[in-house]
Amino acid sequence: MMFLPVAAYHYPSPFAYKSLLYARSPQGKVAELRAELTAQGGKKDKNYLNKKIALKKIVANMTMSNNDMVALFPDIVDAMGLPSLEIKKMCFLFLVNYARAKPEVALRALPILLKDLEDTNPLMRALALRTLSYIHVRNFVESTVVPLKALLKDNDPYVRKTAAFTVAKLYDHDRVLVEGSDLIDRLNLMLRDENPTVVSSALAALMDIWERSESIKLTIDYTNASKIVQILPDCSEWGQTYILEALTSYVPQDTQEAALLAERITQRLSHTNSAVVLTCIRVMLYLMNYIESDKVVSNLCTKLSPPLVTLLSKGPEIQYLALRNALLILQRRPEVLRNDVRLFFCKYNDPIYVKVTKLELIFMLATEKNIKEVLTELREYATEIDLHFVRKSVRAIGKLAIKIEPAAKLCISTLLELVATKVSYVVQEATVVIKNIFRKYPNQYESIIKTLCENLDSLDEPEAKAAMIWVIGQYADRIDNSEVLLEDFLDSWQDETHEVQLALLTASVKLFIQRPTKGQEIVPKVLKWATEETDNPDLRDRGYMYWRLLSSNPGQAKSIVMGEKPPITAESEKLDPVTLEEMCLVVGTLATVYLKPVHTVFRSTRPRRLQDSPALQRSKLPSYQAAQQAKLLSSSSLSLPQSNGGANGQAQNGDVLDEADAYFASIGNSSMAVSAAGDFAGSPTAGRGGEQVYRVNQGQGLGQMGTTQNAMNRDDGEGDLLSF
Amino acid sequence: MLSGILLFNQKGELLIMRAFRQDMRPRLADVFRIQVISNPSIRSPILTLGSTTFSHIRSENIYIVGVSKGNVNAALVFEFLYKLVSLGKSYFGRFDEEAVKSNFVMVYELLDEILDFGYPQNTETDTLKMYITTEGVKSERALEDSSKITMQATGALSWRRDNIKYRKNEAFVDVIEDVNLLVSASGTVLRADVNGAIEMRAYLTGMPECKFGLNDRLTLGENGADVSLGGPVGNKSGQKASKAAAGSVTLEDVSLHQCVKLSSFTNDRTISFVPPDGSFQLMTYRATENVNLPFKVQVIVNEIRKSKVEYSIAIRANYGPKLFATSVVVKVPTPTNTASTTHRVTQGKAKYEPSENVIVWKIARFTGQSEFVLSAEAELGATTQQKAWSRPPLSMQFSLLMFTSSGLLVRYLKVFEKGNYSSVKWVRYMTRAGSYEIRF
Repeated sequence: MMFLPVAAYHYPSPFAYKSLLYARSPQGKVAELRAELTAQGGKKDKNYLNKKIALKKIVANMTMSNNDMVALFPDIVDAMGLPSLEIKKMCFLFLVNYARAKPEVALRALPILLKDLEDTNPLMRALALRTLSYIHVRNFVESTVVPLKALLKDNDPYVRKTAAFTVAKLYDHDRVLVEGSDLIDRLNLMLRDENPTVVSSALAALMDIWERSESIKLTIDYTNASKIVQILPDCSEWGQTYILEALTSYVPQDTQEAALLAERITQRLSHTNSAVVLTCIRVMLYLMNYIESDKVVSNLCTKLSPPLVTLLSKGPEIQYLALRNALLILQRRPEVLRNDVRLFFCKYNDPIYVKVTKLELIFMLATEKNIKEVLTELREYATEIDLHFVRKSVRAIGKLAIKIEPAAKLCISTLLELVATKVSYVVQEATVVIKNIFRKYPNQYESIIKTLCENLDSLDEPEAKAAMIWVIGQYADRIDNSEVLLEDFLDSWQDETHEVQLALLTASVKLFIQRPTKGQEIVPKVLKWATEETDNPDLRDRGYMYWRLLSSNPGQAKSIVMGEKPPITAESEKLDPVTLEEMCLVVGTLATVYLKPVHTVFRSTRPRRLQDSPALQRSKLPSYQAAQQAKLLSSSSLSLPQSNGGANGQAQNGDVLDEADAYFASIGNSSMAVSAAGDFAGSPTAGRGGEQVYRVNQGQGLGQMGTTQNAMNRDDGEGDLLSF
Repeated sequence: MLSGILLFNQKGELLIMRAFRQDMRPRLADVFRIQVISNPSIRSPILTLGSTTFSHIRSENIYIVGVSKGNVNAALVFEFLYKLVSLGKSYFGRFDEEAVKSNFVMVYELLDEILDFGYPQNTETDTLKMYITTEGVKSERALEDSSKITMQATGALSWRRDNIKYRKNEAFVDVIEDVNLLVSASGTVLRADVNGAIEMRAYLTGMPECKFGLNDRLTLGENGADVSLGGPVGNKSGQKASKAAAGSVTLEDVSLHQCVKLSSFTNDRTISFVPPDGSFQLMTYRATENVNLPFKVQVIVNEIRKSKVEYSIAIRANYGPKLFATSVVVKVPTPTNTASTTHRVTQGKAKYEPSENVIVWKIARFTGQSEFVLSAEAELGATTQQKAWSRPPLSMQFSLLMFTSSGLLVRYLKVFEKGNYSSVKWVRYMTRAGSYEIRF
């Protein structure tokens, strides 16, 4: 019951902080600190002021990863017993940091900690328990188990919630030890605690354990889900997040139940904490998979939109996260963001990562109706300072021409305006996208070739060069001096990248086919270079292919090289259906920032899948629909090679590689979708042999909590807790 | 969840390092320093290397970094980092390098309390200040005190402690709106919206239950969004025209402090709560319809050959003549190769700031319904740069009292308490410029 005198005591000033870090030789410093720490202050130092200052210096040095401090370990352990909580806290911090380096010295601190576990002050008990369980030393871990069992039932909720997290910590240290004890069962019992913070902590601990163990399964039935939803309002913002995260382990068996639960959590969307909001959105999206009524689903969707947009008024990092998730949600539930695209227009001062993501979103939300506004906006971005952003903007304009056919003309005129600015990287980027526009709308906008040709000199990037060369080759008969232009590029053949060389090779052949007189000097030269003077296998192979084609049957060569090209679309950026489905189960997590399948970013993360149940609306899942389409596609693609042969390779064209790539990619995709769908039918829920099933079952309290090993008890509703 | 927390200064010196899990290694601090702090090309607040992710924010002159393994809840990580900053501010006044250095033991103590195994715990300032204080640690407390603290830290009302007493019961309500505007070069409004916040400072005795009344007609969301909500607010028949009628306001979305009973808000739009002691943010909202723009700006810019740019900028105040805006600052961008400028203003002062490439026009007091004009010329120096001037938008800052752009009004604030005391309430409105940009 003493309070430290305030006036006499101050934290070291910044000057002091610095001076102690760069003082003297290591040994000298350690000796000095030890002297300070162990000095007997006598009567003057009633409140151990000198010791505290010494400890602070030690902690400061510890932060700088100054490992000389380990030498002070025995002295620290001695100081630990002093009757001052402040000293104790600093000693504990030291202990947590260095226990692994000197386990034998750390052991001397164990009795002190164990004694503190029985302190009358709940804050002290919790502090000791928290510290004890941070230490990755066998004796510490083993000594924790027995007192922990008592502390899980402590009469103070603060101690209980600390104890709940301790179970997860012990599991991290030694999973065999925990699985062999009844700690997880006891943790499960805590889900019935009267204190909401304890319940949410226990859930968080269980989820943490679940995340790291293949052998554990978390099952929550409707009654339990309903109960934890009920305590949501009484939990802290973090507790609410933990509970919402746990709700994705609830598999609705009935479509009504799913709808009811989704409706009940909608209130959370008004919370200020974006973790609560985004996790709530995750749960709602998840539950929608189990809701039959389209009306209910669309009603829920309308509720997701305003909170998602509101997150854009938070800090830039949260904005970024919200925008990335908007990109994801938009693909799964387009009705969610039927908002005005203008909401996503960039502010001049937005950080670049926000701007780029807004740009992607603007592209996705662009329609025939708002295209004018969108183009004016993108045109504005194209004159900004950041190079990467400008390029992306130009590229977006080009892609819009492909995505929205009626607006193609408008997009192209915007691009031409940009080309007229003569800014080198804008021109280059525009050239690349215009090539794609030619692919999409062959023989329609040739008038712009002239403008492009005026800017040949500013092209110095391989991609832009290759694009321009492709245009020259493709339209060789319509560009008067095409052979001259091509010659100019060929002059630097040796210095070009393979990408440009490939384009030059193809363009030369196209020129020859369309205007044999002009191309006859060029082609042999280029073929020779490509086949004899290169070490690139692609280039050589393509060279030989053209060579033989031209020498064996020039007539057919034309129909092959200048054949009709398959149409291109702007849809390539979309996630594949299986990934999309998986990503929607992890809304708000890091993986959504990368928009890549979770296991490609975080290999060891436990995969999440939609669990099968009678309520699952399987026919509405993207993966199912894709699988159906793939079936149609695969039956039609069987005949594709034959028809190809018959029609003299209609599909073959100048961009053989592109096309082959696209073809194989489509095969790959569809077979992937099929296999995944097959997996689905096989229902991953059915417990595989040997899988241990943990079951969360807050509630009915029949006290049957089992130490029995049950592989599966999914259906008996009255077993409580999680069985092991 | 979080494996550790790192704090760096701008130079990349480690100020604080706390590990919460086995996978947090000291060398990760070096990794962050090399990969993020000393890497100018880094553009994202999130960096994943292997399975380790660094999520960072910046506050004043420090980096605050959350280190995690696996696919953690990123929203939770950032919200926590923001929270750490606001906790630091409330403890030390500000949260910068100096504050951290002079309070580093306390920062460690706070971290130990608000994170357990990397999971955020109670982060309510009021509760934490009961047992972690700057005046030395009030450690050896009476047992009943400790129990009170633990109940508070885990209880449903973690944001308010018992036994608060004031001689004079007062509540201050500040409605603060940031109005965002983006006008295109042709003068069309591309976006105009309001981010509003209701800040409260409550100095009330006991456990008061407060009820808050906003405009008579408060509509939430767009048409149809509130169909299922029904209730007395269901002003469904009111189409856009009547929404503009006096006394009504349409809020796109609101988010409420955790003390507000969300269920009663969903049911009948009453905002009812037991407030934390002292100042807090009760609610934030967003409005996009019928935004009253305080200033109308007309910009005429002529580039005369390559040597000169002429500006004529007229700003008109759209609010009532009795109101006046203060600290009005208009920033007029000039080309990067500007050599000198000349300017004339009908009010305030204008000055060329070469470091920012802008002419700064300051007007200390801008009375309603008045109009002021700036005419300026910028002489350009010779340049080798080919690229045309990118013409960044003109931007404005101002603050305007007793005016809300959204039209939001506080009708009443009632305080119910067992003691039945009378309380004094004050309401203040302020509209500020959020991002108020005019392209030209």
